[in-house]
Amino acid sequence: MHDPVPPDSPARRIGSWALIAAAVAAAAVSFGYVGGWLAPQRLTPARLVNQFQDNAGTFAGYRRNHAKGVCVTGYFDSNGRAQAYSMAQVFAPGRTPVVGRFAIPGSNPYAPDSSVPIRSMALRFTQANGQQWRTGMNSMPVFPVATPQAFFAQLQAQQPDPATGKPDPAKVAAFFAAHPETAAFRAWAKTAKPSASFATESYWGLNAFVFVDANGKRQPVRWRMAPEAVDAGAAVKSGGADYLAADLDERLAHGPLRWHLQVTLANPGDPTNDATKTWPDDRRTIDAGTLVLERTEPQDSGPCRDINYDPLVLPAGIAASDDPLLPARSAAYADSFLRRTSEEAHLPGSATPSAETKR
Amino acid sequence: MKAATNTFTLAARVLHWLMAAMILAMLFIGVGMVASVSERHEWLLAIHKPLGIAILILAVVRLAVRLRHPPPPLPADLPALQKLAALASHWLLYFLMLAMPLIGWAMLSAGGYPVMLGTSLRLPPIFPTSPVAFAVLRHMHTGFAMLLFLTFLAHMAAALYHGLIRRDGVLSSMLGQR
Repeated sequence: MHDPVPPDSPARRIGSWALIAAAVAAAAVSFGYVGGWLAPQRLTPARLVNQFQDNAGTFAGYRRNHAKGVCVTGYFDSNGRAQAYSMAQVFAPGRTPVVGRFAIPGSNPYAPDSSVPIRSMALRFTQANGQQWRTGMNSMPVFPVATPQAFFAQLQAQQPDPATGKPDPAKVAAFFAAHPETAAFRAWAKTAKPSASFATESYWGLNAFVFVDANGKRQPVRWRMAPEAVDAGAAVKSGGADYLAADLDERLAHGPLRWHLQVTLANPGDPTNDATKTWPDDRRTIDAGTLVLERTEPQDSGPCRDINYDPLVLPAGIAASDDPLLPARSAAYADSFLRRTSEEAHLPGSATPSAETKR
Repeated sequence: MKAATNTFTLAARVLHWLMAAMILAMLFIGVGMVASVSERHEWLLAIHKPLGIAILILAVVRLAVRLRHPPPPLPADLPALQKLAALASHWLLYFLMLAMPLIGWAMLSAGGYPVMLGTSLRLPPIFPTSPVAFAVLRHMHTGFAMLLFLTFLAHMAAALYHGLIRRDGVLSSMLGQR
């Protein structure tokens, strides 16, 4: 046998160079596709966060959503009742320190508190073993949509029209018509009024999670922080844009505020991948302990400022469910965190406070 | 055995090909996970951290092997510029395979995240919590990843050039062929 093409023939050389070029090109194109640069249609964390900026402006140094808020600190006092379902240290009887944050949704840190009927509570529990549980909860029992794609479509529909400065009602209506899963949220929103206090609100985890016990047994759950303060609160002072922080200050001056961690256990077959639906009311709920908040500080200087309340920072004993919103929240929060810390560091290419747009 | 001096030691070859697969996978996992909002984001991230620490450990072992067993010499007739490029790119690869996991670990530490390698295994922080340091390290992690990928492309192209065009034994010294 002899090679019909001599090893150093020009044809073979060209073939070799072509092979090398093809190998490099194939590697580079695959990398570009996986990294999204060559797949512009893919929904990425950056596109989600860009849409928040397109809708409300860019406020350097602030979170891209739930931008307006205050820090709180305190502890969680576990009664041990959730221990049967989760091996997380936070559920063993005793106290776990908490750094939290109350906020209102939206990207504008100067928005008046009355601009939205929703309030949020984010918490970071730091266990003695160094593991953490972070959760971001909202004062509504259901989320409008079930998927990151639908959430992105909702943000796009709500983008203000440059001509009017307001969202185009036709686009918003078209979005809701195309997304009947928003019905439960819209029914809630119809009756919801901006509360006068963070203290009197219930905060729902919205997404399902999975508790894992010491034997590895998995129990899907949802949780809610239910307030002890049930008074109507001081009437909303007209004109004040920041009454929530003032109310919190005043209440904490008189003593700590308390919530009960209500953990609802799913029955087999209850959907865990749909934040637009609540589980039936008869599901077993356990009171896992008391959240005690003692202090509040402004977010600019408080301990919550540099915390990314990524709902997938979880200790052993709590795991993510198959809810598609969870990885999207985690990915988008990470992108937002990088943007605001880059602004904090004044890195080239990051937004600067002078580029801030007040609306 | 005359051939022994013309090939890398078995340990070096095993480490090279194992780490080549791990590092290449790591680069794709890294750019893939930050460009995804789907469940891929989570499971890629779950692989990314322990795989990074595994690469760090293997890189230390590999550096020791490299220092103990010098590689076979490059062909005597290789132009000086190509020799320099080979040497520089190899040390750049060593630097990056050690630096990338350390930067990733330091970056999570600076960001105030618990550095979880699994559901319960947590590494201690190696950097104080600082948003400014987080941002700098996080951008370095991306920048060095791009540099590592470009260096990999050049390395692969050079290996194929030696194997297909020069046919000077450089590629076979790592393949282990006599």
